[in-house]
Formats: sequence, C-alpha cells, structure tokens
Amino acid sequence: MRIIPFLISGIITVALIILFSMRLPVGNSSLPPLGEFLSPQQGFWQNAEPVDETFSLDLNFPRLKDQVTVYFDERLVPHVFAKNDDDLYFVQGYLHARFRLWQMEFQTHAAAGRLSEIVGPGPNNGAINFDRNMRRLGMVYGAQRSLEAMETDPVTKAMMDAYTAGVNAYISQLSRKDLPLEYRLLDYKPEPWSNMKTALFLKYMSYDLTGAENDIEYTNLRNVLKAADFDALFPISRDSLDPIVPKGTVFDNASVQPKMPASADSLYFTWEKNFSAVAAAPLHKPDFDNGSNNWAVDGTKTQSGRPILCNDPHLGLNLPSLWYEIQLHTPEHSVYGVSFPGSPGVIIGFNDSIAWGVTNAARDVKDYYEIQFKDESKNEYWFNGEWKPAILRFDTIKVRDAAPVYDTVAYTVFGPVQYDRSFGGARTHSNVNLAVRWKAHDPSNELKTFYLLNRATNYDAYVEAIRNFTCPAQNFVFAAKNNDIAIWQQGALPAKWRRQGDFIMPGTDSSYMWQDTIPMEENPHVVRPARGYVSSANQLPADSTYPYYLGGVYDLYRGLLINRYLRQMFNVSPQHMQQLQTENYNVLAEMILPLMLRNVMVGNLTAGEEKILEIVRNWNYRNDPQERGATIFTIWFDKLEQEIWHDELAIAKDSITMPQEATLAEALLRDSAFRFIDNVNTAGVETLPQVVTTAFRKMANMVEQLDRAGRLSWSAYKATQVTHLARLEPFSRLNLATGGGTHIINATKSKHGPSWRMVVHLTDETEAYGIYPGGQSGNPGSRYYDNFIDSWAAGKYNTLWVMKENEGADKRVIGTMTFTR
Amino acid sequence: MKFFVSILLTALLALALGFYLSWWSVAVAAFVVAAFVRQRPGMAWLSGFLGIFLLWGGLALWIDMENQQILSKRIAQLLMLGGSSIALILVTAFIGSLVGGMAALTASYMRK
Repeated sequence: MRIIPFLISGIITVALIILFSMRLPVGNSSLPPLGEFLSPQQGFWQNAEPVDETFSLDLNFPRLKDQVTVYFDERLVPHVFAKNDDDLYFVQGYLHARFRLWQMEFQTHAAAGRLSEIVGPGPNNGAINFDRNMRRLGMVYGAQRSLEAMETDPVTKAMMDAYTAGVNAYISQLSRKDLPLEYRLLDYKPEPWSNMKTALFLKYMSYDLTGAENDIEYTNLRNVLKAADFDALFPISRDSLDPIVPKGTVFDNASVQPKMPASADSLYFTWEKNFSAVAAAPLHKPDFDNGSNNWAVDGTKTQSGRPILCNDPHLGLNLPSLWYEIQLHTPEHSVYGVSFPGSPGVIIGFNDSIAWGVTNAARDVKDYYEIQFKDESKNEYWFNGEWKPAILRFDTIKVRDAAPVYDTVAYTVFGPVQYDRSFGGARTHSNVNLAVRWKAHDPSNELKTFYLLNRATNYDAYVEAIRNFTCPAQNFVFAAKNNDIAIWQQGALPAKWRRQGDFIMPGTDSSYMWQDTIPMEENPHVVRPARGYVSSANQLPADSTYPYYLGGVYDLYRGLLINRYLRQMFNVSPQHMQQLQTENYNVLAEMILPLMLRNVMVGNLTAGEEKILEIVRNWNYRNDPQERGATIFTIWFDKLEQEIWHDELAIAKDSITMPQEATLAEALLRDSAFRFIDNVNTAGVETLPQVVTTAFRKMANMVEQLDRAGRLSWSAYKATQVTHLARLEPFSRLNLATGGGTHIINATKSKHGPSWRMVVHLTDETEAYGIYPGGQSGNPGSRYYDNFIDSWAAGKYNTLWVMKENEGADKRVIGTMTFTR
Repeated sequence: MKFFVSILLTALLALALGFYLSWWSVAVAAFVVAAFVRQRPGMAWLSGFLGIFLLWGGLALWIDMENQQILSKRIAQLLMLGGSSIALILVTAFIGSLVGGMAALTASYMRK
C-alpha cells in the first residue's frame, strides 16, 4: 500500500463527493447539489419523461372501498370512474399530486406565508415581507376558521379527508428518483398534505379575488381633494354602463338599512384636510385585472334551440397552470371541467344536466380601521369609550439559510392589525395602526358549493348550491338542458352606507363596523330573461336604482361589448361563441379615439409624427397581434391620462391610485372643457387640443423607438408570457403572438388573461370546448407541460370528451390507471 | 484486456448499486472494481473514469432520446450551457466520472 498517494487520492475523492453534494452559489442564486442532480439514475434525468409514456399503472390502497379506473386521453386528461364519492376524491387527490405536487405545495406555502422557508429571505427581504404580509392579513387565521366550517359539515369533511388521503398516498410512496424537478432545483422535500392546506389554497383564491379595495390610496386622496373632485375622479356610476342586471329592472326596497354614523361628517368625510397622510403603501396587492367573462344564451338565440354557456376567468398566467382538467364519474353523477390542484371537485364545468361558470363580483369586502393603542405594547386599544385588550399573536417565520423572523400581530374586534410601524419599514413614515376587516376571515364553506354544483340537475339545485358561497363573491352563470339560464351575484355582502369603507375608517367605536349582511334574495340576479341571454364581465352588477351601495372598482368595457354582441346575435353555434370569447375589438378606442383624433393640432407635427397619426387614423379598432394602431392608441391614451391627472394628483405625495381609464374617457365625452384638463402648474389655461397634442408628441417619441426596435406590432409590444411559478425563465413561455388586452373581450395582457376558456353547448349529448394556457402535467420534462399554449394563443379550442364508462377501448385512450384495495 | 474488463465491471456495478444507493455509489463501484482488478494507477484511474463516463453519458443520452430533448434543452439553459443537450450530457458524464476515476485511483494505491 502506497500510503501517501492513497491518502491524497482518497481525500480528493471524498472532497469531490462533498463538493457535489453541496448547493454551490452562482451569482445571487445557487446550483442544486450537482452529483445527485445530474445522476441519470436519481437526478433530474428521471424527470425527462419518454414522449410515448402511457401512465398505465395498477395501484393498491387499503383505504379504497371499491375499484377505480382512470383513463388518460391523448391530452392527458384523466377520466375517473369510481363507484362512490370517497374513492373518487381519493383518486382526484392522487392524480393532482402525481401531476402537480410541487405547485400545490408552493401555492399553499405562499398562502400561509411560508415562502421564505423554501426560497430564503429573497432580494431586499422580498420573500420575508411577502410572508409577513400574508400572515398579518390573517390568511392562516381565515383558513383555520373556514376549515372548521368545512369540517363541521360531514359532506365536505368526507370529501376533504378522502382528497387529503389521496395526496398523501402519492407523497408517501414518492421515491427520490421521482421527486418533481422543482424540489431538486430548490433542494427540499415535500411535506404531508392536510385538509388545512386545501383550506389555505381556497383562502388564497379569496385573497386573489377580493383586491377591489383602495382604502389607503383613497384616504391619501381624500386628504388633499375636495369632495366634488373626488366624486368626479372616482365616481360610483358610469354613463355607458350596461350592468349585469339590465337597466330598467325594478328592485324591491332594501330590507336592511345600514346607518351612517353620526360622526361621519367630522371623522370620516374629512376632505382636503391634509392631516396625517397615511402613506402605508400596501404590499402585494392582488392584480386589479383578476376579472373574467361569462355568459349564457338560451334556445331562442341558438341554431340548435339549446342553450350555450361560456366562461373565461382572467387570472395570472403561470406554469404549471392553476387549472387541471378532469372528468369525475360515479354512478350518481358525471362532471367535467377544470379543478384546482389543491382542492377536490370541479370548479368550473358541466355535468349531464347543467353547466356553470364564474366571474369575480369585485365587491369591496376588505376594509381598514385605524386603531388607537394605549402604548407601544399594543396590549390595549380604545374602543367604545374604554381600553379594550387586544389579543397578541406571536408568529415565527422560518427563513432558509438565515435566522427566523419573529412577528407580533395584534388582533382587534375588527381583525388583525395588518399595517403598523413595525411592518412596512421605510415604506411607512407615519405611526398609523390599521386593522383589517376582511370577509374571508369569517367561517365559510365554499367547497360545499362546488360539491353541490357538480351534482346539480336544475335551477333550484344550482341556487341551493351557491347559497353556501360567501367569499370571494362571484357572478355564477348557469344554463340547463331544459333551457333555463340564470346569473346570480353571490356572496355574503355587507350592506354598506354610501362610501362606507372606501376610506380608512375610525377604529375607536362600533358605529363604523359592518352592520347587516344583504339577504341572498336581494343580491343582483337575472333568471330566465326574455332577452334570451345573461352575462357578466366584472362590471357594476346594477345601476344606481339598486338599493344597496356597491362601492368597489369595476370594469366597464368588456361587459358593454359582450352585451352589444349578444343582443345582435341569433342562430348562434358554439363556434360563434368561440369567436366572441376571442374577440379583439377595442370598444374604448371606438368611443374615445375619434375625439382624440379631432383634437390633435396637425399643423405643427413632424413628418414622423404625421406618419404615426396616419397609422392610428386608419386603424380598425382591433387589438389583433399585427396591428400597430393598437400600440399607438394604448400609449397615447396612457400619456393623455398622465397629462390630465398628474398635475392635480401630485399634491398627494403618498401612495395613491389613478382614476380608471373609463373615468377620463367619459369625462371628455361629456365635457371637452373638463376642468382637470388645465395644468395647475402653469399660468395659462390649457385646452383639450393642447393636452391631446402634448400627449401625442410624448407617445410619438416612444413609438419611434419601438418601431426602430421592431416592437411596434401589438403582440410584440404587449409581449404576453406564461411564467413559471418560481420565475425560472427556461420553464416559461415568453413573447407569445397573441392579441387582446385590457378592456378587450379577449383579455390577454402581458402576464394575465383568460386562464381557461370554455364553451358548453347543452345538447342531449353535451358538446363542449375548452383550453387553458398550459398542459396537464406540471413536469417541465413532459411533453404535456405546455402543449396547449400555442393553440391557446392562436384562439383555438380543444374538444372536450365526455367519456362513457364502456369506452375504455376508444383510440383516444392512451393509458389506464387502476386503483384497487 | 484487464482494462476493458474494468471499464465494463465498473459501469455494471455502478448501474446495479444505483438502483439502491445514492449517486455517490459510483465511487463505491469504481473503488471495488479497482481493488479487485489489479492495474497500474494510471490505468485504474482511466478505467474508473471511463466506466462511469460511459454509464452516465450512455444513460443520459438514452433518456434524452426517449424524451426528444424536451427537458435537457431547458436544463441546459438553466445551467448556462446555451441550451445544448449534448453539452449537458457531457457535463453529466464528466461529473460522475471525475468521482469514479478518483475512487478507482484510491483503490489501486491501496493494492500497491
């Protein structure tokens, strides 16, 4: 034995093994441990799925009561045939985990404020701040209360238990070599699933869909504006509104009357006082664009004489997709549609009798109250004339590769104090304590709605199902094979006095608290209308004759256009409905561009500017991918908004929100001498032609640069992308050639858009089409990871196959998974 | 002859161990083979290196063909290899064989 060389080479061998077992830092990220990661037998190569994989497998689980057969079709959609509900949801949990485990866990970690545990503190402590925000908002608190409600109901309890068992059946037999890719890259392992995680997932959807509040921004504006100016900039009705409930509908009187506090004028409507600017900039507000379209037409409108129902929810565009397509079948029911990996049941879809879909109601169910604590300890706060004890909750946020972060949150009668001096750091320069009252804190059982909708056979069953739905309020569209159509805006909605909760409210007495809930029967709804269609697109649900205050921030134009088309359409087929869902017509441009063109002072334009004017003048108002006019108009209108608003609103130095585009468009159409046109910083009085021309010049400057970079076409400018949840670029799809945009029925924006398009024709044999921008597998090494994206971008649809139990030999079946005891 | 037998045995043993043990079992395989099949240190190193290189490179290449390069292109972008599947396969083979070669060398010094 040559001892020295032996020792040296032995040490080098061991050193290499250790080196390749460590996470090596590269720049500001780190490589996964290279040895295991690259090993063809254990590492990422095991995620490289053979393209001819069939997914056929025979599995045994003692928990099952009976046999379950799953047929995968050529798009990898599972058709699950079970004999009972328990087995059905067990297998759904197993399939979600098999194809989407990493995303399920990642999203529920995000919901629970546990991202730092996986990704570390993040740049500028971004991940820690995200986690603190979620926890201080009371996400875990709300999820726990909902879980209690869901587990009190034996039906949803059984559903969740079976689902959780199915997810865990997959996790517990997961070997290292089958670990989803993202776990390898981020180097961690999955933990067991629980019913609480399902509750957290559903709570995350509530969070995402109840972003229609601007309490802090509006308060900052109220502090500097006159009441009349605020009302002009943030109106609570619209001239061109076409609401969900048609104008002219007669509403009954409100059965509950919210009382405005006697002190409102002195404590709440404190216009133009400029006292203590709030300046808390809310972190991570949900995207305002979390909207959607849905509509249904009855047989009077269709070629077949049967109803057609359509839905496309607009959400963040991510890979793996939020949605997972599935057919769930038992002897009692058969339902097809999209499910949330993380929750049992089908969320949007159809069964043998009915179809349903949802859009966001966008009502304001999240309000802030300013709390007066006795001292820094936050043990007591002033409420109804006495010091009341707060409940202090201590929270530990684990942070990967760093010390844990400790946080204390005071809970009041309103809810948790989300923003205070400790949270916000440099962002908050004042000492306000803001408690949040959020509808999603209340116990609720939304899962019951989906359980019942999956099995609903008629209008009454649908109403019974949605009765359970409290938050986030949704517009549930409905159609049945017997030709009934309906839409209900459903949720538990507080009856508010005018402008209640639009600003931060005083938290010192009970008179500002939410009072009664609007009875469900008085929620806006349309049932079997004579006009033959119902629709919603996040617009105001009703006009000002509706007896309750509607608050919130609503879209205007999609609903307007959908109703215009539906009114004119007869003899429609599912193909017409697909065209409508992917329609790129820009109705905002139709209304406001002629006015802008009339007001450009053409005399002093350069040759380059004239060319741009010519393009937009000849534009067809369509946001099609190749259109340059759409880019020009969009930038021009944006610059015009800045010209008109920025001078007045600059006096508010803190976080504010700009008026909506519809506000400017309607103001200019009403009055070309709209008083905000004048720039208050100049001596003279600016006119509409002056500001329109200034905005045009600024736009032209930008457009010329875009043109030189070859990015003037609408799709190149918009650059739609579907990004991986962990922001890994090679796992994302960038620069998709697709039209649409804000205010367009095809609401495809840069990172946001129709996350599932569905058209259901309720003929005897249901004829259905659908597509989402993703693929059934969450594995970036699978051919089913992103295989729908190109068709989706092109506005194409997949035909949805409602399989029958005896069609197992059909050539569309690529593989079979059996589950036995 | 011994050289080729060593390469083959290293690859086969590493493959078998790989079904049960973690990735570092390539070191065990190369060490054991070099301990039993006597060769000069340089040759032992080379056969350990080539044995694992062929195994990891071969397996990765085969998996990659079955997968039609879907994943390797993405990972090769992530690891800044310009999206090249072949580069990724070579890096894979090299990392494994570096450990395999050194383990075989260690064993051959033990036998001397």
